[in-house]
Amino acid sequence: MTRLQESLWVEDIATEAKDSRSSKNYYIASRVNLYQIPWLHAVLESRWPQFLARAVTLIGFVFTIATGLFGSQVGSHNFAIIMVWVAWWTTLKLGFIPLGGRSWCSICPIPLPGDWLQQGGILVKGERKFGINLRWPKSLRGSWLQSSGFLLIGLFSAVTLTDPHVTGWVLLALFALAIGMSLVFEHRAFCSYICPIGGFSGMYAKAAPVELRVVDKEICAKHGDKSCYQACPWGLYPLALKDSSACGLCMECLRVCPKDNLALNLRPYGSDLGKPKSSTRLDESWLALIMLGSALAFSAVFVGPWGWLKSSAFEIGSLAWMAYAAGFLALNMLFLPALFTLCVWSWKKLSQDRFPLKRLIANHAQGLLPLGLMAWIAFTISFALPKLNLVLVVLNDPFGWGWHLLNIANISKSLDVSGFSPYLQVALLLLGVFWSANVTRKLSRSDGKHNSLPNIPVLTFYLVYSVAMLWLLVG
Amino acid sequence: MTDQNLQPQSSIRWWHWAILAALVLAVLFVPIPTGASAPTERTFRIEASRFEYTPSILEVNPGDKVTIELVATDVVHGLSIDGYGLETTADPGKTARITFIADRQGSFRFHCTTTCGNLHPFMIGKLEVGRNPFLWRMIGLVGVALFAGAWKGRK
Repeated sequence: MTRLQESLWVEDIATEAKDSRSSKNYYIASRVNLYQIPWLHAVLESRWPQFLARAVTLIGFVFTIATGLFGSQVGSHNFAIIMVWVAWWTTLKLGFIPLGGRSWCSICPIPLPGDWLQQGGILVKGERKFGINLRWPKSLRGSWLQSSGFLLIGLFSAVTLTDPHVTGWVLLALFALAIGMSLVFEHRAFCSYICPIGGFSGMYAKAAPVELRVVDKEICAKHGDKSCYQACPWGLYPLALKDSSACGLCMECLRVCPKDNLALNLRPYGSDLGKPKSSTRLDESWLALIMLGSALAFSAVFVGPWGWLKSSAFEIGSLAWMAYAAGFLALNMLFLPALFTLCVWSWKKLSQDRFPLKRLIANHAQGLLPLGLMAWIAFTISFALPKLNLVLVVLNDPFGWGWHLLNIANISKSLDVSGFSPYLQVALLLLGVFWSANVTRKLSRSDGKHNSLPNIPVLTFYLVYSVAMLWLLVG
Repeated sequence: MTDQNLQPQSSIRWWHWAILAALVLAVLFVPIPTGASAPTERTFRIEASRFEYTPSILEVNPGDKVTIELVATDVVHGLSIDGYGLETTADPGKTARITFIADRQGSFRFHCTTTCGNLHPFMIGKLEVGRNPFLWRMIGLVGVALFAGAWKGRK
């Protein structure tokens, strides 16, 4: 088996090639190839615009670490806390992911020095490359480590999100880990298997309206050099992309394809969802459940009225924190997975389906993505929007040392979003539950089940979850 | 032939929208018992310490005259109630008071207005004025959205 065939994303290429003419026509009609827009073509074709964007984020990232480590320890007056957990987080959740899927990865500064070392050059590959280029262990593939990383962040979130020192050290550790891993492993091992942000960005990218795909599969299949695969820093083969979860939209394949056979498509929302999968891998299902559980837990801790819960999450090492940690882990690793498994098991029994339960869980977990994405956006609105004024505060005085760089006074008053935020949050949750129910019904139909009854347990799961989020956010 | 086939389908689709609209309107406008009793005077003594109000949830009836006595037990704390536009600040060991008529029904967050430490942005309490009809109606809408999503996905 070649390295290309071994890729997790090489699945059923032959099946894809047998697409019926009608579905192919629908595919073409529902996509707009952004790469054909002349000015955008020029922007994407050149490596300079992306390099400049990444250089800016890299400078900002290093500055953020410096302010975290050396600035004021009052979180609301420190650039690192406000720019990372308010400004960047809001932009990621409200902009990058819902509009561009994994687009943040294309300008993320964390893997940049590692990329340069790996390819032995900054813009193009050089002669002398660094690193031992090992293959990532097969047993560690998938999003298990990313899920665990996200759980770890969740356990310490009350401190990480509010203590500038901790934020600074976490960012520095991620930076060092990404560089170290690029020297040991081939491709973007850190981004693909470790980075928690990459994990959930990739998962929710399946719902996003952007995709990178091959235009004509036959041209690609016949092309011997596979220059796209050779150029991809993620080690992906575009012809084998089944969904948008793994592609970091770096655009290298578009740049090197001699046949101009790759497209950056604008597509309908949720295009990757509602299709039956033959895989029995549960890593993405677990990540989807962790994202749901974390949105619940963070809503309770950060926007709920329970001071004892905030203190428990904050006092790391105390008995109260251990109780919080046990509750957080139980919610994400036991309660929600068990409840969802029970719902899918009920679906299997009611529909008398012959497939293994693992495969059905992996399939139905697709339905969790829209609700999870909308729950996170709804949480972010009450978590971050009222604090957006602090962005100006820390731009005015990044280290909290009494500077007045912008010479702006009276910018410390928080924004009152209470007038519209409940309506916006409800609208998002309604959209999420509508969309998830839609995906579940589509999955049932694609399995040949025309009866709605078996879906009721899974729909009840969505209902219970949505009611819990509503109660936490607007109750 | 094609037009004949399309006619019943578009008619059914029209009825689907009508049923959906009727369900939404029913959820939004069906009367919900307020459970209100005669307005009275209520006084709450809230102790504010990092990063907690005690008590953190205040339950009053619509129309009640509410007095909040804010006592800061460690550092300076503030209290601002969303939706009511009320705000006060208490120095350590001192009591600040605000009095108002709870004339807006529903659930309102109050939060600290003076930087008091790491979790200051999340120092939050809740004022519940009567039942929260908004929450119940929105739960109803979640049910409608669930039904509509499953219905649309059947094709």
